[in-house]
Amino acid sequence: MSAWILERVCNGVPPRTYLRQLITPFNLAAGLIVLLGCPFLVWRYLQGLGVVTHASNDQPWGLFLAWGLFSGVPLASTGFLLASAVYLFGMKHYYPLLRPAVLTGFIGYFFAVVYLLVDLGMPWRLPYPMIRSFGTGSVMFLVAWHVALYLSTQFVEFCPAIFEWLGADRFRRWALRVTIGATIFGVILSTLHQSALGALFLLAPGKLHPLWYSPYLPLLFFISSIFAGLSMVIVESALVSRYLPQRVGLKSLQSLDPLTLGLGKGAALALVTYFAMKWIALAHGHHWALLNTGYGWWFLVEVFGFVLVPSFLFLAGVRKENARLVRWTAVFTIVGVIANRFTVSMFAFNWKLPHREFFYWKELIIVASIVAIEVLTYRWIVNRLPVHKEHPRYPGAH
Amino acid sequence: MKNNRRRFLQGITAGGGALFFSVPASASNSAEYFPGWPDRVGLLMDLSLCIGCRKCEEACKAANQLPPLRTPLEDLSIFERERRTDAENYTVVNRYANPQPDRPPVYVKEQCMHCEEPACASACLVGALSKSPEGAVIYNKNICLGCRYCMIACPFNIPAYEYFNPTSPQVRKCTLCHERISRQETPACAKICPNEAITFGKKSELIDLAREKIRNHPGKYQNHLYGVSEAGGTSWLYLSELPFERLGFPADLGTKPFPEFTRGFLSMVPAVFVIWPALLGGLYAFTQSRKRPETAEQRNQANQSNPA
Repeated sequence: MSAWILERVCNGVPPRTYLRQLITPFNLAAGLIVLLGCPFLVWRYLQGLGVVTHASNDQPWGLFLAWGLFSGVPLASTGFLLASAVYLFGMKHYYPLLRPAVLTGFIGYFFAVVYLLVDLGMPWRLPYPMIRSFGTGSVMFLVAWHVALYLSTQFVEFCPAIFEWLGADRFRRWALRVTIGATIFGVILSTLHQSALGALFLLAPGKLHPLWYSPYLPLLFFISSIFAGLSMVIVESALVSRYLPQRVGLKSLQSLDPLTLGLGKGAALALVTYFAMKWIALAHGHHWALLNTGYGWWFLVEVFGFVLVPSFLFLAGVRKENARLVRWTAVFTIVGVIANRFTVSMFAFNWKLPHREFFYWKELIIVASIVAIEVLTYRWIVNRLPVHKEHPRYPGAH
Repeated sequence: MKNNRRRFLQGITAGGGALFFSVPASASNSAEYFPGWPDRVGLLMDLSLCIGCRKCEEACKAANQLPPLRTPLEDLSIFERERRTDAENYTVVNRYANPQPDRPPVYVKEQCMHCEEPACASACLVGALSKSPEGAVIYNKNICLGCRYCMIACPFNIPAYEYFNPTSPQVRKCTLCHERISRQETPACAKICPNEAITFGKKSELIDLAREKIRNHPGKYQNHLYGVSEAGGTSWLYLSELPFERLGFPADLGTKPFPEFTRGFLSMVPAVFVIWPALLGGLYAFTQSRKRPETAEQRNQANQSNPA
């Protein structure tokens, strides 16, 4: 039994060799970043949230939520997008990217909860909205339930890969049987909580700058999660095929470029839709005059620079069949989504207050540390489980 | 009979509208409108009577077992900086310069306004904040998670957080001396006020009293009783000689109760749960049926049209 576990943990090589293989410049750097964050995390739990944040009563949400929740969740929409493309829309040729997308989504949500556990005053009460007291009139209640349910759903969606790794045939068959149901449930949950993250700010009409506050916020958050997720799939598959090519099947490697172009086309469509919706929201609020202010200029940078420009670049990459251009545009699009979520949850929030603090450098160190753990976790799984390459025992399953 | 049917049809369209276009419930159904508990209490503050002695701050701290004042009452330098409420100060008095040169400055006492339909209560995912029938917005520290969404939601920037408490950090704010009110006592700040700037009583009577003051002193007060309709109405009411926006009061709140801002979105949730499975299941069936010809006849046709 222990030999069986050891073989899976050490990835089939002798433990001694495995440990020696672990010493790489990348691992050392990642390990150093993780270690750097640890004392700050310990400090936060011993002395309270105030020692690592600005402890601001005006700006109660800082980097942990702006990055971990408001940026992390849209970037983790990968699973629901690819699952609905493959299973519901019948785009079977995207199948090679499905498991990587579900894994990215699962890890994104899992770590969104981790960031929440850092940010919540009493993290051990996290299950309270599910078991103890129900604030059904709260958008946050919906977010809490849906993130919990969707995390479980994505785990179920990823189960076939886990059972193939463990060689548990019967469980694998059971897991495969619920695929369509889990996919539809996942789409429902994603539609609702991606938009709910925007709806959270509907309750603060006087605090969020009018250029970003709009009754369309839920819709805008949902649409932007689509190009965020598609871009993440593009970038993730490119990184894995470049840095872990031994984990990717030959067929997948060859089909990656056309699939990347297809995803780029989808992202361009979502970006153009989002661009139009941004203007509809602006017109609906009738805030044209605000465009010629500092916030207005940033709004224009966002709408043109981070939305319209990448949509053109995606289309150019698709037309010229230039997968490299599509990949770099995906990186750019991701930056744009993060910029938007940071703007809504921090920069444009409390815009009327004269003195504002966004986040403290100690928050940044903790975030960097958790990101390093995220990357290491992802790589640990990709190195072991049949994610990018089919398991030799289950040919055709991938 | 005819009337009944019309009402039924109106109900159907309103319900359908709520389902598909997320019309806030109150727009389609006037019974949703909540005018407030009938005998609830309130506090009326006449800003023209406040002398900035900060005795209310001191009394508030004693009544709520908060650490004593850090700046003594005599130290007027405290007014040089505008303060807000925090975890140790449920109420603060700020000074605002009077634009008329020969007139004294105006002092404004700030604390939780105790909204009739509080934004914080509708923000809380465990219902740790609630409006009591007596009038106070009260906090249940035993279920709060510390997510601080109430602080994001409050239009008056009132709730504060115990950032340096690692084990049981609470959201702290004025309690309207809820326990004293339950014992038929006056809130500490109203009781201590040496100049009777704060009047405690039934909200309906306070509104009458304030209107009477405005009528009896023509030209003295602004013809605006702050708190009657702001954000759907609050338990604290303010009378002022100067326009409220000059005194740090949020002037752009509107009269809509804040829970309304998210009600429309929340009403969409059950609809998505019902409609999406049908829509997506239908889509799945469509893509499946397009792939394989259903009947033998179709299969023959398909074979004939593709002579390979």
